[in-house]
Amino acid sequence: MTFNNDLPITPQLVADHGLKPDEYEKIIDLTGRRPTYTELGIFSAMWNEHCSYKSSKKWLKTLPTSGPRVIQGPGENAGVVDIGDGQAVVFKMESHNHPSYIEPYQGAATGVGGILRDVFTMGARPVAAMNALRFGSPDHEKTRHLVSGVVAGVGGYGNSFGVPTVGGEVEFDERYNGNILVNAFAAGLADTDKIFYSKAEGVGLPVVYLGAKTGRDGVGGATMASAEFGDDIEEKRPTVQVGDPFTEKRLLEACLELMKTGAVIAIQDMGAAGLTCSAVEMGAKGDLGIELDLDNVPVREEAMTPYEMMLSESQERMLMVLHPEKEAEARAVFEKWELDFATVGKTTDDLRFRVMWRGEEVANLPIKELGDAAPEYDRPWIEPAKPAALAADDIPQMDVADALLKLLGSANLSSRRWVWEQYDTLIQGNGLQRPGGDAGVIRVEGHAHKALAFSSDVTPRYCEADPFEGGKQAVAECWRNLTATGADPLAATDNLNFGNPERPEIMGQLVMAIKGIGEACRALDFPIVSGNVSLYNETNGKGILPTPTIGGVGLLPDASQMMRIGFAAEDQVILLVGAPDGRGSHLGQSLYLRELFDRKDGAPPPVDLAHERRTGDFVRKLIRSGIATAVHDLSDGGLAVGLAEMAMASGIGANVPDLVDLHPIPAWFGEDQGRYLVTINLDPHGEEIVALWREAESLGVAAPWIGRTGGKRLVLGDARPIPVAELRAAHEGWFPHFMQG
Amino acid sequence: MKAAVIVFPGSNRDRDMIAALEQVSGHAPAIVWHKDTEVPAVDLIVLPGGFSYGDYLRSGAIAARSPVMDAVRAHADRGGYVLGVCNGFQILTESGLLPGVLMRNASLRFVCRTVRLSVDNADTVFTRGYGQGQVIDCPVAHHDGNFFTDPETLARIEANGQVAFRYAEGTNPNGSLNDIAGIFNDSKTVLGLMPHPENLIESAHGGIDGRALFSGLMQVA
Repeated sequence: MTFNNDLPITPQLVADHGLKPDEYEKIIDLTGRRPTYTELGIFSAMWNEHCSYKSSKKWLKTLPTSGPRVIQGPGENAGVVDIGDGQAVVFKMESHNHPSYIEPYQGAATGVGGILRDVFTMGARPVAAMNALRFGSPDHEKTRHLVSGVVAGVGGYGNSFGVPTVGGEVEFDERYNGNILVNAFAAGLADTDKIFYSKAEGVGLPVVYLGAKTGRDGVGGATMASAEFGDDIEEKRPTVQVGDPFTEKRLLEACLELMKTGAVIAIQDMGAAGLTCSAVEMGAKGDLGIELDLDNVPVREEAMTPYEMMLSESQERMLMVLHPEKEAEARAVFEKWELDFATVGKTTDDLRFRVMWRGEEVANLPIKELGDAAPEYDRPWIEPAKPAALAADDIPQMDVADALLKLLGSANLSSRRWVWEQYDTLIQGNGLQRPGGDAGVIRVEGHAHKALAFSSDVTPRYCEADPFEGGKQAVAECWRNLTATGADPLAATDNLNFGNPERPEIMGQLVMAIKGIGEACRALDFPIVSGNVSLYNETNGKGILPTPTIGGVGLLPDASQMMRIGFAAEDQVILLVGAPDGRGSHLGQSLYLRELFDRKDGAPPPVDLAHERRTGDFVRKLIRSGIATAVHDLSDGGLAVGLAEMAMASGIGANVPDLVDLHPIPAWFGEDQGRYLVTINLDPHGEEIVALWREAESLGVAAPWIGRTGGKRLVLGDARPIPVAELRAAHEGWFPHFMQG
Repeated sequence: MKAAVIVFPGSNRDRDMIAALEQVSGHAPAIVWHKDTEVPAVDLIVLPGGFSYGDYLRSGAIAARSPVMDAVRAHADRGGYVLGVCNGFQILTESGLLPGVLMRNASLRFVCRTVRLSVDNADTVFTRGYGQGQVIDCPVAHHDGNFFTDPETLARIEANGQVAFRYAEGTNPNGSLNDIAGIFNDSKTVLGLMPHPENLIESAHGGIDGRALFSGLMQVA
């Protein structure tokens, strides 16, 4: 076999590696010479958008990332947040968009695998997963195939690994026709004094390779994920990795067992850009050099070149720096789990990243510059023009009952049961709320009362119309969903999915969305502790809707006070907490307009963050005082849809009269922010409810009594009463019918 | 009642099962690794759910040939109790301790939901906590739960009271023959079932219908 490490570096070869001419010049400056072929591959792996965040770093730095509970913010494999009693929740969300479009099952499966690995690399046992999925128009020829493959892939990996999927999102829009989004979230539990980091320490220590063998799968994957799609997409299939959840499960158990031995100094999973990225990160963070000897890397294919080994994205692999005196103990753990264990290098004191192969040095690069000195761009951006607000007299009318049934049975509001029944939502036996509510909730194993709530949120059509307000809204809705269960929102992870940042209008979307996210996170004390950026989600020059997904985590001090969305009993008072005058008014960018009239105009609903916070704090107080019996936040589809969801979840109906002299459509379907439906078990004419209203008023929160639960029908004002069974039939029907084709 | 749980490298409901046994009996079960060739002296051996060796081939096929299964077979031959749940059921059919096979779900999709089960034979150590014909809730979570066998075997197990549980009220999630959710061996000392009673034993699980299976077993001396 011949491998030419001194391949002539032509401009075409540089371009094929996703590097710009000026970036190549920078490489020459750094090394003082022409790079070898392997070195060029290493640079392309480290300097691509996916690994270097070169377009977004400047703006990501503006996000709030600290707080009294934050143990580790962005920059590690996952964020770490204190949940008391010496325990921490470790979580992150990451995209696997490009691979999932090329090969939906494996793309989604390895997305789940990658995020689970990020979590257990830090010493945490994964306890919850979510998936935010976005597909093209339901009538696009590829959509059904992609939905089917992605959902099976998410389930195939997570179910076998053994983590419950507690929530997520599924949305359809034609703007994702050529670029679907698969954003995978995972959270784990660890002891605060047993968190593991990627920073190497100590010179001359063994660098150990663990897990699965290295193959040719995924070579160049991170570079692929940093480029737009064209018509050559079928050729990119070999860049998608293949997942093996059985190996991942063994890797989890072996890593957690190994960590208990005290052998681990530093650990980094091999994700994007595999061996290259993990070795460089461990060394650069610890101000150490790394020397790798590729002859010791376990391989599953013959005649692998150093170039391929360095760029392989084979899954289920880890790199560690171990205490040499514990190496035998460590090896025994991995032999028990029948995983590869090989010393492939050592730490050095010269800050060089050296790669040896068959006695030859195939790469020798300055390690800090590979990571820290990656190109960073201040890309030009323009603030997107804001759409005009919807005129008050420009509201199409429809029968309220017809509109509600149509919305509940629409692609974007219908039940996602078809999806989440393919995920194991029960495993580990700690689930308190399965998908379908406002947030997934699990109890904290080993603790009598605590529980954790998880929610994933963003409304891309709002972000498209106004990325700043849309960014705020994504954070606020996530915070609101956690609050609705009774949880204290702790912190969030962001997964920013956008188009090509080299276009100023796309860069403007990214910048304004980050500004909005930052403003909301600061106002709500909801720091961003980890995240991921996925750019170049474009096909033939057409970008996706800007989609900054927010994955939030909340803590319930006492799970017995947890709220669900279903009406709890008959004849209870329904309050609309946080209601504006007239209950609702804002129809710009609403689902009412979009799904029923195919209109995408108007400004999205603004988020008043101060109001959001005081309303949420008041709702949490109602929950903790034991007055609330069910809580549901209002979002897509507004008040009518919120009431219907509470009825469908319980089988109990409700009667909510119209307000006199009020336009019914904005009241029922407006998507005004910062609102919750709360049912309470109080006499509406008694003293206690007067005290509640007095308190709400003093806090500046409106909480009008809008109706009562009861019966088997949902009665919205003068509209025709709708049996709950009919609501359910509309809601449950769309997805299975669509997938049957 | 002394119990042991067999752990394969890809078991993932082992922790759920251990927790259930411990909660109902007050004793932690013994944990037996798949490479062990001996099982401690216990009354009950449990094969938990999961993906024993990845199950990329046929679910449970490799596990049925693992070192520990000789000891499980010997235990069953002595009349010891064996419970296999989900992947455990698949391993029991693959190892010949129970008749039939578990094919891919008719939908070809993984399914996780709560179904209704009727207790078809309450006159066994495993099911005596239930009434004959009682209908209970129980969750399922599997890809390969579609029970199938030849007509003679089916007739025999039906006639011999070997059907333990049937999916009831139209909730068969996988297309299994005669709505079979769980079966006994000939002597009713080995039970395999697809649903997960271990995930429905405390109010936090949303119900306790699975508990009686374990409490019934605990009465064994």
